[in-house]
Amino acid sequence: MSLFEIAFYVVAICIIVFSVMAVTTSSILRSATYLLFVLLSTGGVYAILGYTFLSAVQLMVYAGGIIVLYVFSILLTRSSGTMKYRVGKGKMTSVLITTIVGMALVMFILTTNNFAHNIIPQGIELPVKQIGHALIGTEKYQFVLPFEVLSVLLLASMIGSIMIARRKR
Amino acid sequence: MFDYYNLTPLLRSIHAFMCGIMPEWLAMTIEGIAVGLFIMIMYAILAIILIYMERKVCATFQCRIGPNRVGGKGGLLQVPADVIKILTKEIIYLKDNDKFLYGLAPFLVITASILTFSCLPWNKGGEILHMDIGIFFVLAASSIGVLGILLAGWSSNSKYTLIGAVRSGAMIISYELSIGISVLTMVILSGAMDIQAIVSNQSDGWNIFKGHIPALMAFIIYLIAGNAEANRAPFDLAEAEQELTAGYHTEYSGMHFGFFYLAEYLNLFITAGIAVTLFLGGWMPLHISGLDAFNAIMDYIPGVIWFVGKTFFIVFILMWIRWTFPRLRIDQVLILEWKYLMPLSLFVLLLMTVCKVFGWVF
Repeated sequence: MSLFEIAFYVVAICIIVFSVMAVTTSSILRSATYLLFVLLSTGGVYAILGYTFLSAVQLMVYAGGIIVLYVFSILLTRSSGTMKYRVGKGKMTSVLITTIVGMALVMFILTTNNFAHNIIPQGIELPVKQIGHALIGTEKYQFVLPFEVLSVLLLASMIGSIMIARRKR
Repeated sequence: MFDYYNLTPLLRSIHAFMCGIMPEWLAMTIEGIAVGLFIMIMYAILAIILIYMERKVCATFQCRIGPNRVGGKGGLLQVPADVIKILTKEIIYLKDNDKFLYGLAPFLVITASILTFSCLPWNKGGEILHMDIGIFFVLAASSIGVLGILLAGWSSNSKYTLIGAVRSGAMIISYELSIGISVLTMVILSGAMDIQAIVSNQSDGWNIFKGHIPALMAFIIYLIAGNAEANRAPFDLAEAEQELTAGYHTEYSGMHFGFFYLAEYLNLFITAGIAVTLFLGGWMPLHISGLDAFNAIMDYIPGVIWFVGKTFFIVFILMWIRWTFPRLRIDQVLILEWKYLMPLSLFVLLLMTVCKVFGWVF
């Protein structure tokens, strides 16, 4: 087992444990914190893959942006503190069955299509120039159009949120 | 030209030696632990130096003497004595609060700080975390710290801490924009995000001279926003002691408080270090074209001394600002960012792009 594999398994176990904890905890702020750990570990997976750019984006957008936004809105609103819900037996079994079926399907697709063949690469960093050219190039396998369309979408949502937040006259 | 001081061959040979006497994974692990210990020790030593410097600079600006009893003349042992005192203090746990988040918050703050600290370029080949996206990773890692502040404020279960945390959160999120845009300006000028590449691009002149007017404006914006990111006066309204006792870390004691305190000082150092990397040439010596003898003498000074010296110069400027200006109100802070600083930094970004495209930079 190489160091990369050990790192990958540690991060993978972190993701699994913290995602389960994020949905089972009874405090809403703890839930947000466990979600932060899940997102950080996902960033770790990208870093192990050698895609450090996406890893840093994950850190910045999710950890530094979205989770902060969640925590901020939890702090500003009045939350009851605990979220203890009783889950019935029938619901529990159906959830378990759905999860197991979903997992089996994903495993089947992964193993039959050789996706799992090269699952742990040896950490060669993707140069950021290549990412940049792929994002705003106009040739085949270069994605300037989706990039620009996304920016328009972001602009529209920003204008929309300002319109909602603005005081009515 | 600086090959006497390049650390890479030395580190390579150490690694080769380690791999010779043990398997590679063991060598990697031992090296990782050694580097981690090195970071921790550097972090602690720099914090002691910075706290002592802060006290002396503050005393000078207020026409006082500062610490002068402990450890003979100059009070050199004052801060180590304080460190021992804080290490032996009890960590007080509160009633009716979220113990897990309360304990976690200082570690989030200090983790963000240490991650950014390990990206600083100390010397040629002397960068601990070296990535192709270096400076972007610094911005990303530093954005985790605000979460620790928010959680600390909430989990302390007190109104003072909550107000401090929300103020600090609003401020840090806003000023991250200006920092990001001014860093982007310099990335455009150097054409690289790799920190070592940014530094070695400045071998024929520091960025602040190469980029002239836009670089100078970006430098000033960076210093203002960096001061706000480090939560220091005139932007210290998160812990405004007259209104909020100590803001978000009011309820913390012992080493938990110590972590916040350490992170505050080291964030000052990191802000200054990144400013030096981006604008003042990192570990590059000062060269004046035409004076060859002078340049040759400057080359003999090791890069690490240049880096630390320049960083402490910027730290001094930031301390000067801290002890000169009064604290801003929260609305003034946000108006300053959203109505003046951010539009200005966008304009500077545009200006730098135009200058770069038409080749008006050196």
